[in-house]
Amino acid sequence: MALNVADVTGSVKSALIAINEAKDLAALKIVKTEHLGDKSALSKASQALGKMAAEDRAEFGKIVGSAKAEVTAAFDIKLKELETARDLKVLSEERVDVSLPASKLPKGGLHPLTILTNEICDLFIGLGYRVAEGPELEAEWLNFDALNIPADHPARTMQDTFFVEPLDSKLVLRTHTSPVQIRTMLENKPPIYVICPGRTYRADELDATHTPVFSQVEGLVIDRGITMADLKGTLDYFAQSIFGTDVKTRLRPSFFPFTEPSAEVDFFFNGRWIEWGGCGMVNPKVLEVCGIDTNEYSGFAFGMGLERTLMVRHGITDMHDIVEGDIRFTRSFGIGGR
Amino acid sequence: MKIPLSWIREFSPIPQDISLEKLESAFVSVGFEVEGIDIQGGDLTGPLVVARVVNIEELAGNKKAIRYVGLDCGEGSTRFVICGATNFAVGDLVVAALPGAVLPGDFAISARETYGKTSNGMICSARELRISEEHSGIIVLPADCAKVGANAIELLEINDVVVDVAVNPDRGYALSVRGLARELAASLALKYSDPAQQVNAKDFPINTKGIQVSVEDKTALSIVYIRTISDFNASAVTPLWMSRRIEKCGMRSISLAVDITNYVMLELGQPLHAFDATKIDTSLIMRRAGKTKTIKTLDNQERKLDSDDLVVADKSTALALAGVMGGASSEVTDKTTQIALEAARFDPRTIAKSSRRHKLSSEASRRLERGVDPSLAEISSARAIALMIELGGAKYVGSSASGEPKYGPIVSFDPNFVSKYLGTEVSLSEVEDKLTIVGCDVAKKSATNWEIDPPSWRSDLLLAPDLVEEVARMIGYERIPSTLPTGKLGAGLTRMQYRKRSVADFLAGNGFSEVYNYPFVNPDFVAQLGFVGDRAKSFRLANPMSEEFPDLRTHLLPGLLLTAVRNQGRGAKDIALFEIGSVFRNTEKLETQSVIGTDRVPDEATKTKIYKSVPNQPLHVGAIVAGKLGSDSWNGKAQDFTWVEAIGFARSIIESTGNVSTTSSSDFAPWHPGRCAELQVDGKPVAHAGELHPRVIAELGLPERSCAFVVVLSGLGFPDTKKIQTLVTMPAAIQDIALVVDDTVSASTLEGALRAGAGDLLESITLFDRYDKLGDGKVSLAFTMVFRAPDRTLTAEEVSQYREAAATSAAKACGAAVRA
Repeated sequence: MALNVADVTGSVKSALIAINEAKDLAALKIVKTEHLGDKSALSKASQALGKMAAEDRAEFGKIVGSAKAEVTAAFDIKLKELETARDLKVLSEERVDVSLPASKLPKGGLHPLTILTNEICDLFIGLGYRVAEGPELEAEWLNFDALNIPADHPARTMQDTFFVEPLDSKLVLRTHTSPVQIRTMLENKPPIYVICPGRTYRADELDATHTPVFSQVEGLVIDRGITMADLKGTLDYFAQSIFGTDVKTRLRPSFFPFTEPSAEVDFFFNGRWIEWGGCGMVNPKVLEVCGIDTNEYSGFAFGMGLERTLMVRHGITDMHDIVEGDIRFTRSFGIGGR
Repeated sequence: MKIPLSWIREFSPIPQDISLEKLESAFVSVGFEVEGIDIQGGDLTGPLVVARVVNIEELAGNKKAIRYVGLDCGEGSTRFVICGATNFAVGDLVVAALPGAVLPGDFAISARETYGKTSNGMICSARELRISEEHSGIIVLPADCAKVGANAIELLEINDVVVDVAVNPDRGYALSVRGLARELAASLALKYSDPAQQVNAKDFPINTKGIQVSVEDKTALSIVYIRTISDFNASAVTPLWMSRRIEKCGMRSISLAVDITNYVMLELGQPLHAFDATKIDTSLIMRRAGKTKTIKTLDNQERKLDSDDLVVADKSTALALAGVMGGASSEVTDKTTQIALEAARFDPRTIAKSSRRHKLSSEASRRLERGVDPSLAEISSARAIALMIELGGAKYVGSSASGEPKYGPIVSFDPNFVSKYLGTEVSLSEVEDKLTIVGCDVAKKSATNWEIDPPSWRSDLLLAPDLVEEVARMIGYERIPSTLPTGKLGAGLTRMQYRKRSVADFLAGNGFSEVYNYPFVNPDFVAQLGFVGDRAKSFRLANPMSEEFPDLRTHLLPGLLLTAVRNQGRGAKDIALFEIGSVFRNTEKLETQSVIGTDRVPDEATKTKIYKSVPNQPLHVGAIVAGKLGSDSWNGKAQDFTWVEAIGFARSIIESTGNVSTTSSSDFAPWHPGRCAELQVDGKPVAHAGELHPRVIAELGLPERSCAFVVVLSGLGFPDTKKIQTLVTMPAAIQDIALVVDDTVSASTLEGALRAGAGDLLESITLFDRYDKLGDGKVSLAFTMVFRAPDRTLTAEEVSQYREAAATSAAKACGAAVRA
């Protein structure tokens, strides 16, 4: 078969038109077979080159080669264009409503008392304290006597304290975490820096602001030269960490058998003073019964209720929500949210 | 204590224009919480006048008595008002609110038509004027106390500020005008004069006339005075100034004799008791009740006496429960003309015990159990009889006393200690000044040694820190600066504390909600759940909150089950709860706590005894899943939570502590006897998990197949720190094997046998299929075994040898046949 330039040019032209007109990948595939396949005019022209005289072959070879390259290039561009269009269409069709609830996933939560306890422990660990814990069912001597609360003190009556039968077992549900302080002092030499979180018990009826089972955190520091200013500074740091850096605290003179001087600590929050807990310098009588030399060491202690702290911080208005174990309450705190 | 500012002003010049904020903060800054401030008369405007009843017309035909009363209000003509009270007669002086007056509660008085008459005002009761709770009748004023038409607001001293002050147990002296006026004056840096110093007790010397007193038990009181008067005018009435002060302090005016004792108690802080002297057989004896069995007290109650109760007795019987309440037989009446007045400094504990024993807290016992100034027995009794003479026309007969006032010791004190203890500079002159203000005598022996003699009313000032507190509250706690000390031996959390946290995080992160249940349980419910033996041995509270829940929990499940039920009752569907907490089992032999004083440090043996009197209280984590973990949703159902998952969670918790557990079947209430696993570590049971007993579930109305697991966190050891092998990166060879065994063979036993036979190169083994439809009591279990060598790629021949070896081991141990 004879080759002529015009035919080749014509084949290129018709191939380019066909490529351009291909609507989708399937159409383009047919175009490819027709214009670049073995039986296409351009392929035939290539095959015809072999039968040509050597002097013509070089010239025509160039013409056919560039024609094929031109068509292939156009094809590749079109292919990419159609593939992109197809991908866009498919992805768009696969679009979902991502706002659909993911409720099949289980949703749990830590009780806020746990979250707050962890927060407080971490805070004091950062100040070089240890976390000390002790039994909830406790020896009367550790819960009362050692804390300078004598046998006929009103707190030791059945109206206030849960006793276990028989009474001569002298076991009570601890009324504060202070027996942990006593245990710590009996077993460790100063310096002592401990924070004592835990469950405590007092015979109050459950109502919107009281619960017979509650949680406390107490701090105890015994070291050389400890002052009441150290107590104030520690409470400031504590309050600001829990309630916000702009929170102020105030100490008010008060009375506790185990501290002297004693104080109530209030903090100023949302425009009013709120009672937070009790504190003071550890009474020398308490230090002495624990074998601590009061000529060398002094110390402070403080204690506050965690339920009350939570109620103020989170605006919880009813104690029932904290104690009743409703999953809606726990879930609202999630796995560590404040 | 409620206290009117007008009375305080008698002893300290509190400014008339003091703001309520300043008043409150003045009390608070020296340690007295203010529970309320009542501005009496603040919501009352006149005209309120003294009126004489000149005419009473009873209006018949009404449901209750109605009077049409003519009043002389000093207006020249009679004013008529309607009145529903009947406790007055013609000639009485009453208090009338005239039209234009506004009574408390925004009650405007105007002329009005009622009961067919025109009422031109109102005769007032005390409650209507909000000056006391008295509303059983209208106020009848003492005869001739004022002229008709006089301003009754002034006469009754209605305009006043009454402060309700909370007094801490160490400050008994402040339950008086004397004490609170001193504190307020000190706080405001004002002058103060002590009412006790204005009494001249020497006017009434001790003699042998009148009722004599002796003390049988000297541990019960240090000093007692009995003063006797005669010719007391039994019909004399209490003057208005006195009754009004008593009312403002929240007490009731009763009779002149009783009012005088209460008035002096309120003023000075010393409780007094007046006996009708003619009812006393010869003399008074302060003694323990001993064999005296009963006493009828003033409230007409027959009370059983404890032999340890302190009584005031005469020759024949007990006349008063000392310091707590007087007796009916010697009560002062409207016929009494001879009075024996008792004032004593009782031992506070004696009074506290009696008061608690008889559940009787009186104004007297409240003061006496906090400790009363020992000098007051003499002074206050003198003050009271002086008033009886002045107001009741009485004649002094004589006084008897027994004992000596006992005062606290002198305290040696380095004044520099104040600055050191407070952490702020307080000058020595300030220290001296403040101690003097609270009533101490300061003798400066040297620069570092002052001898402090505390005032008679401060027996609580015994140690240097007690004195520091006095200085601190007088300079104000706000002077104390803020410094932050830090520990030197911080060690982070203990391993158990970390464990508690990570288990809580694990369960919360996997869909469980944490709860804190009360540890109080009902024994019937615990029995109903099937707890027996050691697991049911609980401690019983002597005074439970509710008789329904008297025992301490021995297990977490009873509480968790009830909380699940409560959640279900509130509409929750899929409930997954967990709790970490202590349980209490009464299974140990405990040491008994003997009486251990606090006068010295307990020795090692005593300490051990104390610690061993307290039971071990294991820490458990318990969880319950009622329904699914997660909820069904628009894109499919949540996976069922079955016994398999329950066991899986328990195992995961144990593994997270670094321990390795083995699982065996267990019949353990309240679980399903065929679907409960016991997990053991080193042969010791540490957890139970599985499906709950169907009967328990049905009784509680929980969803079928509810599951639970409990792990004893404190029962798990702390294995050595993990050593981690370098990871092998050679290719793994995987072999599956299916075995047919009797269905009594547990999967874990079979797995163990395969593991034992497979050799050292076995990396992991996983059960991937279980088929129980073979019949003949046979079951097929299929495992994937992964083999890997550290140094080479394993050949197919080698791996199939290991597989054969594993199969042989399984055949030998469990009778397993390889499934074709």
